[in-house]
Amino acid sequence: MPTVELLFSAQPEHVRTARLVAAAVARRAGVDEAVLDEVRLAVGEACSRAVGLHRGNGVEEPVRVMLTEEEKKFSIEVADEVPGNAAGAAPDAGGDELSDEGEMGLAVISGLVDDVDVTETATGGVIRMSWPIVTPA
Amino acid sequence: MDLSLSTRTVGDRTIVEVGGEIDVYTAPKLREQLVELVNDGSYHLVVDMEGVDFLDSTGLGVLVGGLKRVRAHEGSLRLVCNQERILKIFRITGLTKVFPIHTSVDEAVAATD
Repeated sequence: MPTVELLFSAQPEHVRTARLVAAAVARRAGVDEAVLDEVRLAVGEACSRAVGLHRGNGVEEPVRVMLTEEEKKFSIEVADEVPGNAAGAAPDAGGDELSDEGEMGLAVISGLVDDVDVTETATGGVIRMSWPIVTPA
Repeated sequence: MDLSLSTRTVGDRTIVEVGGEIDVYTAPKLREQLVELVNDGSYHLVVDMEGVDFLDSTGLGVLVGGLKRVRAHEGSLRLVCNQERILKIFRITGLTKVFPIHTSVDEAVAATD
């Protein structure tokens, strides 16, 4: 069960809220202060991408963010409900196509986060990321 | 924090001072500003990012779009940024090779290459 779960309607203005919540929970979990900027950026990229997918495909369901404090790591999952996007969206696919902001976002995530996994389920895509916990909460 | 934008001219350069957070919500405002400047004939832009607290790939996309527009008019788009956390995003995306990045507005204004 996630430590904190956040559901937000797929509107760009809520992405900032998701960033702030994720950074606050990560800090409390004991993620190194030095990488909180990376957590903030990575979760923002994942949420922006999910918002873009939902809006682009007329999906009215909310975007889901799960923040989980584990024994030695802090993990974040950002789930969209648009099937068929995550699997084909390798970070380096069409790397020069900067107008494709979703893929640019994935490129930023993969550049920032060592432990990242992008998968597709029957109901949508999930970006999983984790960071080590350096100090006990 | 929302996005703040202000512009001023120094010689043939137009300085766009940006403050706050550039993300999926606020980036369209920056895009509108850059498009408006180019439409009004300002082709040599200096985007001062010293007041920027947060920049994501949506913001990068807007800056690349701005560069594309000014280049269509033989123009230039230079950035001013000293913040490591912002510079890091340009580095991991390889955009340090695309944008001239300066340490001060004066340096950007004086640059001619």
